[in-house]
Amino acid sequence: MVTLDAKIPDGPMAEKWDNHKFSIKLVNPANKRKFEVIVVGTGLAGASAAASLAELGYNVKVFTFHDSPRRAHSIAAQGGINAAKNYRNDGDSVHRLFYDTVKGGDYRSREANVHRLAQVSVNIIDQCAAQGVPFAREYGGLLANRSFGGAQVSRTFYARGQTGQQLLLGAYQALASQIAAGKVTLYNRSDVLDIVKKDGEACGIVTRDMLTGEVHGHSAHAVVLATGGYGNVYYLSTNAMASNVTAAWRAHRKGALFANPCYTQIHPTCIPAADEFQSKLTLMSESLRNDGRIWVPQCNDDTRVAADIPEDERYYYLEEKYPSFGNLVPRDVASRNAKTVVDNGKGVGPLKNGVYLDFAAAIGRDGVEAVKERYGNLFDMYERITGEDPYATPMRIYPATHYTMGGLWVDYNLMTTVPGLYAIGEANFSDHGANRLGASALMQGLADGYFVLPYTIGDHLAPKLGDTPVPTDDPVFAESVQAIDDKSRQWTSNKGTHGVEHYHRELGKLVWEHCGMARNEAGLQTALKEIPALREDFRKNVKVLGSPDGINTMLEKVNRVDDFMEFAELKVRDALHRRESCGGHFREESQTPEGEALRDDDNFAYVGAWEHKGDGQDPELHKEHLEFESVALTQRSYK
Amino acid sequence: MSKMLNLKLKIWRQDGPHAQGAFLDVDAKDIPEDASFLEMLDVVNERLIADDVEPVTFGHDCREGICGSCGVMINGQAHGPEKATATCQLHMRKFNDGDEIVVEPWQAAAFPVLKDLMVDRRAFDRIIEAGGYISAPTGTAQDANSILIPKEVADTAMDAAACIGCGACVAACPNSAAQLFVGAKLAHLNVLPQGQSERWKRTENMVDTMEDFFGSCTNHGECSDACPKEISLDFIAFMNRDYVKAKVKNRSLQSQ
Repeated sequence: MVTLDAKIPDGPMAEKWDNHKFSIKLVNPANKRKFEVIVVGTGLAGASAAASLAELGYNVKVFTFHDSPRRAHSIAAQGGINAAKNYRNDGDSVHRLFYDTVKGGDYRSREANVHRLAQVSVNIIDQCAAQGVPFAREYGGLLANRSFGGAQVSRTFYARGQTGQQLLLGAYQALASQIAAGKVTLYNRSDVLDIVKKDGEACGIVTRDMLTGEVHGHSAHAVVLATGGYGNVYYLSTNAMASNVTAAWRAHRKGALFANPCYTQIHPTCIPAADEFQSKLTLMSESLRNDGRIWVPQCNDDTRVAADIPEDERYYYLEEKYPSFGNLVPRDVASRNAKTVVDNGKGVGPLKNGVYLDFAAAIGRDGVEAVKERYGNLFDMYERITGEDPYATPMRIYPATHYTMGGLWVDYNLMTTVPGLYAIGEANFSDHGANRLGASALMQGLADGYFVLPYTIGDHLAPKLGDTPVPTDDPVFAESVQAIDDKSRQWTSNKGTHGVEHYHRELGKLVWEHCGMARNEAGLQTALKEIPALREDFRKNVKVLGSPDGINTMLEKVNRVDDFMEFAELKVRDALHRRESCGGHFREESQTPEGEALRDDDNFAYVGAWEHKGDGQDPELHKEHLEFESVALTQRSYK
Repeated sequence: MSKMLNLKLKIWRQDGPHAQGAFLDVDAKDIPEDASFLEMLDVVNERLIADDVEPVTFGHDCREGICGSCGVMINGQAHGPEKATATCQLHMRKFNDGDEIVVEPWQAAAFPVLKDLMVDRRAFDRIIEAGGYISAPTGTAQDANSILIPKEVADTAMDAAACIGCGACVAACPNSAAQLFVGAKLAHLNVLPQGQSERWKRTENMVDTMEDFFGSCTNHGECSDACPKEISLDFIAFMNRDYVKAKVKNRSLQSQ
């Protein structure tokens, strides 16, 4: 019987974290070396956690499927990282960042976690600066900031358009120093395929060595999953090709509840797909909306080039519908409106699958040089990908899956419902509610890894002093190793008809169509029928060539798609049950007369956490009711 | 719809580090010119799979030119013909209908071929572990604005830190030298005030580790030409200068 205890500390919001740090158990410095901790994933959350735990004295084993920890997809984050430093003297504070994050999340996040996030945000900037992260600076040598994603204050720190890269390199380098010091053992090119439990607690993982195909168990006193989000369930997304839900999903199958899987952030400014071979979508920084004007032709199926469409035949739909925010409405609003105009036949480009983002006005007003100074690298990237010159003709953009707010359910200590199993960064659900604000993903990943988990994990470890980890020849490991090895051999003996890419693409189309930017009862019901059918076809007819005993990229992928096939069903089920619109989840049945998202706080102000009940069984929904003591619930309005 | 290209590909295939490799000839028909180079390989692979031939293995992940996972020799050029562009960002419209394209893995003793076009670049990680960091254990940092860093210094550090660790510099170098990679990391950390305490140890350790794996620099400049981030050769000069200084400074204080 699962009971959800969020373990939110007592006391006023601003004192909860300090109280909690005092009340949780500590591990004596000399005893930390007696503990083993496994960290899966080396993005911002995983690398920062692994390095920090090792610095404290724990023995850490860190796993990545990449060749090097530095390649995790955090590296691709462009815009920046928020922190309540108030260096601009513009009225920012911990409370304001907390408030903005709860409101931006459309009141579906847990207040206590968000407040802690805002509190430690200031330490992150100090930490990263000390590591040598080359943040943008003013001429006087102080740190520069910018306003981001419609925030009313300038609290975003950045390193050109490569903030994620620089923060990740900082964490990776800290990790490298601990590898050199012998406190961290790195297992690269290792695919984590199971979470192992003994006596109800997490005791290790099972991996497949991607070079040799060997399957091994690894044990520890605690396991930390920092494995990112599930955006690739849509096939096309801004995620990296190998980003996957596998470790989180297999943890779910072992008893970790999965929270809010229907929450997905669809980013409004990505380059539209060019053809059916498109393998991923590329994000163009949101900052472009500061100067670009978004429009489509008024007539449907207009075949003229942009320059030939006169001003009075253009539909600047965001400026018209939202006069006060205009092109800077939040991500979910911008995305949905783009979908509406494209669905109505006003899409632009060869496949009619985009809208214009036009810089002609900015170029006319400020000159080409000023626009080049601000966005030069983005314009170059656009031209490289599309072959079109955005100085001369408007960019074409369309929304794409970008980030997933849902994830493994965790308590205030970031522990899942499996004791000893933690989830940090994008892999957990707690801080962004139903919608994430720009420049907050990097903040949360590093908050969890540098400043939260290293404290809270002690509470679980302290009572285990003197316990040796479960040996990897224990039956709980041996059975899992055998099952995974058998499964690999089963896949590679599948003499199917289609490659795995085909099935992933089909799944993506299905989920995007019925559980994408707008969802409705009928569509979700359809998806709920079609996904299991597709999954059955996939399992029977997927063709995996080559041997399991060595490098086999098809085998790696087939495991991931297999988990996406199961996960997609849960995602749709969650979307179906949540008969309200909130943040990134828009239910067409729940909208205001003007067509805006309408929340239903009376019935849905909770976290929906799903329990796996076994194959062929319906999962069970558990609810964590959300209390809002510091931030009053209001309906968002951007008119 | 995109314009279509018909291409003649010669793709290197090799089962493992010690296996004999050979070129696979592929008639790649109807490749959309809007496809990226890696999407072209995806199409080739899907067709190979349909014919029950194992697909070609190549490293890739973000496909946005930032993770550094991808990289192949394209007609003898690391990352292909377009300047400042990683393989994943190279698009087929840079090629002409009927072109022959030779695709090979990075070739360097320090980067053994794992399979087909995928190589092992762990030597880069060994160099970073030797000193490519600033020791700042979590929690010890002072307020970020208490360290003033002039904009030019921060900009120079960022220019160097833009390296994505793809290894094109090594692949392009006739000596398989890694000076551009190492020089960039040293410059990033050594120009910053935070990086001063460990500057000389870092320099000597990283350079010495580099020498264990890679060849020597003879200033051809091919590395910088091939670099998708256009890392400047100046950072190699910076490294050489710091290395000479480090050799003196790292003598024990007593012997100075």
